[in-house]
Amino acid sequence: MRTLKFLLQKEFRQIFRNKNMLRMMFMVPIIQLIILPQAANYTIRNINIAVVDLDRSSYSEKFVNKVLSSGYFKLAEFTASYKEAYKLIENDKADIIIEIPHGFESKLNSEQSQTISLSVNAINGVKAAVGSGYLTNIIQDFNNQIRLNWVQPSNMNPMPTIDVVSSNWYNPTLSYYLFMVPGILVLLVTLVGGNMTALNIVQEKEIGTIEQINVTPIKKYQFILGKLIPFWVIGVIIFTIGLLIARVVYGIIPLGSIALLYLFLSVYLIAIVGFGLLISTYSETQQQAQSLTFFFIQIFNLMGGLFTPIDSMPGWAKVITDFIPVSYFIDVMRMIVIKGSHFNDVLMQIIVVLAMGIVLNVWAIINYRKTT
Amino acid sequence: MKQFFSFVTKEFLQVFRDRKTLLMLFGVPIVQIVLFGFALSNEIKDSNIVIVDNAKDLASQQIINKIASTDYFKIKKMLPNSSQIDAAFKSGDIKLAIVFPENFYTDLLHTNKAQIQVIADASDPNTATTLTSYINIIIADYQAQLNKDLNIPPEQINLDVRMLYNPDLKGAPNFVPGVIAMVLLLVCVMMTSISIVREKELGTMEVLLVSPFKPILVIFAKAVPYLVLSLINLTVIIILSVLALNLPIKGSILLLYAVSTLFILCCLSLGLLVSTAADTQQSAMTLSLVGMFLPTLMLSGYIFPIENMPWVLRMLSNIVPAKWFYIIIKSIMLKGLGFSYIWKETLILFGMTVFFLTLSLRNFKTRLE
Repeated sequence: MRTLKFLLQKEFRQIFRNKNMLRMMFMVPIIQLIILPQAANYTIRNINIAVVDLDRSSYSEKFVNKVLSSGYFKLAEFTASYKEAYKLIENDKADIIIEIPHGFESKLNSEQSQTISLSVNAINGVKAAVGSGYLTNIIQDFNNQIRLNWVQPSNMNPMPTIDVVSSNWYNPTLSYYLFMVPGILVLLVTLVGGNMTALNIVQEKEIGTIEQINVTPIKKYQFILGKLIPFWVIGVIIFTIGLLIARVVYGIIPLGSIALLYLFLSVYLIAIVGFGLLISTYSETQQQAQSLTFFFIQIFNLMGGLFTPIDSMPGWAKVITDFIPVSYFIDVMRMIVIKGSHFNDVLMQIIVVLAMGIVLNVWAIINYRKTT
Repeated sequence: MKQFFSFVTKEFLQVFRDRKTLLMLFGVPIVQIVLFGFALSNEIKDSNIVIVDNAKDLASQQIINKIASTDYFKIKKMLPNSSQIDAAFKSGDIKLAIVFPENFYTDLLHTNKAQIQVIADASDPNTATTLTSYINIIIADYQAQLNKDLNIPPEQINLDVRMLYNPDLKGAPNFVPGVIAMVLLLVCVMMTSISIVREKELGTMEVLLVSPFKPILVIFAKAVPYLVLSLINLTVIIILSVLALNLPIKGSILLLYAVSTLFILCCLSLGLLVSTAADTQQSAMTLSLVGMFLPTLMLSGYIFPIENMPWVLRMLSNIVPAKWFYIIIKSIMLKGLGFSYIWKETLILFGMTVFFLTLSLRNFKTRLE
């Protein structure tokens, strides 16, 4: 116990001595938490449309006005032909072409059915899906309106109409900040926790001070614990700062219990610091440690469910995400912060991450050799 | 010239000696292509939903069957009443709840009006919007069928939707150009700057500078291996995306390589610039990771649409070379456009390259402090 106390004293002193590193450790996450969510805004709005109105009737005009007044779309240009509109797509000036055929209104009256063509730039699949989804809803609405206009007005609906009343729970304004900020905070804690730990031990290897420790009677687990605890503390501090920023800058106040958040964080940090320690036992130089952490952290980033939903991954990829601690924390963070989930809802996740933490740390202790 | 080649050989040997770093150089792009190509997509399918069916009649049953038969939804549970919806959402994997009121079908037939309640878990706003619009389509479809059965004329406007360039709405077409930009940036900026700064740190740079060899050629010799590595990487990515992802290159391959080489040169001069600013490997790494990598990830437009950002970030994105390269690559690979469409972006990249190169050559110190 006394040995551990001295080791901790040494680590904290070393960390606080390096003012540059300390500044980077705290400033980088703070600045990123302020800037990143601004960029990571997936709200799909301002979709540019090019309109090819070959009919120029009151109906086509009404339709175009309805589309533009929905708030999701911006008019790029009215063009005389599809070809001109296609040019706009090629130049990224327009995202969707709406083509209203010649004789739209008159044929709608005589043939009772008409088709409007949409051509969507689908390179960005989400934007294409959401944009054409909006348009589908608008057309459905428009359809109901013209039906009501044609059959003479009465108090009763002239035909069976099913009203879909939709509501958005937990995030009624559909704010993207609420979705992204908790996730980004997880990522930043992971980056600092994992990366700093990995680099720290390797630095001792490079400088040669690790040999001095190796010749002392310090036990392997004591050395690892001595490294684990300081970075665990730093992780908790960064997380706290992040929660404050979320509150002050984005007005996000966790709906669920803060104590539960910290409980999960404590377990999670053990796993992620253990991961950093494990990498450091496998690397000889800082460049190698950096390369290895970069390799894994990019996988964590992409597969953790922050940017694309885990639900839409194929089976084998879902199995991989089961082994990625980040994906559990992002999930739990969102559950507790946005929905106010309870202890029982996240119990499974706590157990899994705790198991990961134990495995990673024991592996690191075993793999750390006191002899070279 | 012979001297120059022996220097280039030395650099190659040094690069290939460090296996772990090499693994990263080639491992990162391959893993990313595989992930982006096969694992990551924004397509929403198999979303778990719960249904509260208070009606239990013909119409509600038909609609439920219709919903269950699509790929978009998986009915996880039927809940007896709506008070349990909140708990279902909180426990995690439910994305949507649908509530049928009592007497749904009778109301629909007698008053011609009935309501369905759709409640989305809007933690993820886009998923919520998309799922709600899918339900809308299914219901509208059902209604059209109902009207047809009741012999009510189907006056209506249909939509004929064509998805250009990417009919299956895959994620890969959007991401592959982004991966190319990011990998080239990573190799050229980070690796080049680290390798130059390492010579400074180890002190071997001084030896090179006092040799009769021109200092400027020392630097160029350092750049050559990374230029070659980047071109190999580019080729690997392109072959992978053509063979494994079935993503054909619509435009000219020659043009693609020419523009990529320009981008690589731009990144190499950036790496050179970083190396003149950094004294230790650690600061070179931090500068290129925090200063180059993150802005590229965020502001080049390949993960997040630039047009949604606040104007400060939109302005900032203009000075990120990868943004322009991303536009060019997308135009050539996916849209099959020729040079006349991308000359503006190419000119900007060229201007940036000249700027970075002049700046770094001016700052490059050939003498000891």
